[in-house]
Amino acid sequence: MSNITYLEAIREAQAHALRDDPRVFIYGQDVGAFGGAFKATKNLAKEFPGRVMDSPISEDAMVGMAVGAAIEGMRPIIEMQFADFSTVGFNQIVNQAATLFWRTNVSCPITVRLPFGGTSGGGPFHSQCLEAIYAHYPGLIVLTPATVEDAYSMLLEAVAIDDPVVFCEHKFLYYHLKADKLPSEALPIGKARIAREGRDLTIVTYSAMVHEALAAAVELSADGWEVEIVDLRSIKPLDTDTVMASVARTGKLLCVGEAWPWGGVTAEIIARVSCEGYGLLDAAPQRLNAKDTPVPYHPNLWAAHRPTARSIAAAARNLLNQ
Amino acid sequence: MFQTAPEISLGEAVSDSHLAAYRFMLRARLLDDKFAALYRAGKIHGGVFLGRGQEALSASLGLALNKTDVFAPLIRDAAGRLAFGESILDAVRTYMGSSLGPMRGRDGNVHRGRPKDGYLPMISHLGAMISVVNGILIARRFKKITGTVGAACLGDGATSTGAFHEAMNQAAVEKLPLVMVVADNQYAYSTPTASQFACADLADKGIGYGIATHSVDATDLTACLKIVGGAVTQARNGGGPQLIIAKLLRLCGHGEHDDAHYIVPELKNSTLGRDCLKVAEETILRQNWVDAAQLAVWRSNIIQEIEEAVAQVQREPAPDPFTEEWRAIASEHLSETHNA
Ligand SMILES: Cc1ncc(C[n+]2csc(CCOP(=O)(O)OP(=O)(O)O)c2C)c(N)n1
Ligand SMILES: [Mg+2]
Repeated sequence: MSNITYLEAIREAQAHALRDDPRVFIYGQDVGAFGGAFKATKNLAKEFPGRVMDSPISEDAMVGMAVGAAIEGMRPIIEMQFADFSTVGFNQIVNQAATLFWRTNVSCPITVRLPFGGTSGGGPFHSQCLEAIYAHYPGLIVLTPATVEDAYSMLLEAVAIDDPVVFCEHKFLYYHLKADKLPSEALPIGKARIAREGRDLTIVTYSAMVHEALAAAVELSADGWEVEIVDLRSIKPLDTDTVMASVARTGKLLCVGEAWPWGGVTAEIIARVSCEGYGLLDAAPQRLNAKDTPVPYHPNLWAAHRPTARSIAAAARNLLNQ
Repeated sequence: MFQTAPEISLGEAVSDSHLAAYRFMLRARLLDDKFAALYRAGKIHGGVFLGRGQEALSASLGLALNKTDVFAPLIRDAAGRLAFGESILDAVRTYMGSSLGPMRGRDGNVHRGRPKDGYLPMISHLGAMISVVNGILIARRFKKITGTVGAACLGDGATSTGAFHEAMNQAAVEKLPLVMVVADNQYAYSTPTASQFACADLADKGIGYGIATHSVDATDLTACLKIVGGAVTQARNGGGPQLIIAKLLRLCGHGEHDDAHYIVPELKNSTLGRDCLKVAEETILRQNWVDAAQLAVWRSNIIQEIEEAVAQVQREPAPDPFTEEWRAIASEHLSETHNA
């Protein structure tokens, strides 16, 4: 297989899981014969009859059903049509799925797929980044793959592990990102990746922002700055060690997230580095997030709402010149 | 421990099933009374929620279920829990927070169960357990396990939740063997049904979901055994989801902290306000199935059992925060905890 997209990797991972494990099934709106709103389950209903089920528009009952099925030994994958609608199923995710193991010692191996993040024209209700609110709750694993390879291997691992996983797959990466082939081995969940090495500044980010940060790093290298980029891969657990080791090398930290700033992932990283690695820092750590408003519809507004390669490069320059 | 019912079995004869149910009702009532007393004595952390007046309905359901069925009881289902197989010890340990109980002091009071035994521990969020039952039933369909049913319990107030609607509709679309028991006890905390729904009768909701619906006078054990038992059988035999609307009155406060001053006298004095336990007892004596002396023996035996359980649990270790494993996920290798 060559030129496989991020979206196809997600489809392939699900096909792989369905093929390998009879406990796996998929449940979501339009995922059956139609193949899903983004075609992430294309042909799977045909390949695996009865195991790719259309659900009513009932996010609460979709997740509740998955928890019950998991108790009975299945490994359900729930597709939210858009991450934004997962808030209707929020209660079942954070109060039912996330508490089951701790309360009862019975594990809850469900995977909730969240097509998330901004795309041009998405607007306030088809663009949200919700990783921070899910990470806030004990009992959940929250993943944010940034590459085709990670989309594939991390989804497979998400289905295999014994905990509820919120799998945040970025819609902007669905078609833009391509790889030559799918990986046969991968970094495990919980380990961050150095996406680019550098000595002058650490940018910690995840998901689509990894690519904006990489573009910013190319721009900065023209001026002689070498920026290190840490792709978190998993938001929870958070690989603080890799972040800290990078900051130890560079002395400077910029955190970038497409999500809203308040109480988010960038805040968490800065808190950890400030508390545990204060002595490593040569300058106050900085962060760059989306603006604290709903996500705008028009491309002009949207481009200014979230971090981009340009705004990341500008923020990095500020810090580098200190 | 999860156990089978002590020497009580549901026989063929009306008298057998009536007596079996009555004895679970009595166990539940006396257990509830004990929890209320412990609460007043300051021996229980948090609230106490009783099922007074709801025992006939709840016991009928617990008895109609097999041990391989699925049961998601709610706050007023002590009788159903016992009839389904919960031990008095599990209940006492959970209320008292014993580390030896099924919830190990991590959750308490009515939030107890053993998921692997098909006995689901409710979360507080009303309506949330129904779709979980649906999920177990769908999983069983995948596993080609037939002949089991899942029962979920709810109050009149909780029928107003989106979770109830979503789960009922889901069960209907998937034609699941779900038995949804709604105890319409006239109040949700202090809110009367008139502020809760505007349909003439909650049973009307079943029409919208396209499922079989049954109504029952839940002060009458004989009626409960017949209607609830019948609905469970129908679900078991492929009849799809069943909705039971049971009419009764809550004969206590919402919890033991609540004096329920808002319950109007007209309701208390109506037939809805009858105590199902007294009604069942009168039937037993009138029919001469057993005599008053036998009832007294049952009562004192149960009280002794409860007292022994409480005494035992009071000697048991409380959870220890220093040896507690503060880990919320099953995957030990991913369990970073961050306390900085
Ligand atoms: C979703 C949700 N909202 C609010 C509450 C708080 N609450 C607990 S019990 C209760 C009343 C429930 O009334 P009803 O469903 O009629 O059951 P009953 O107590 O009468 O048995 C309320 C409001 C809750 N547990 N869950
Ligand atoms: Mg009520």
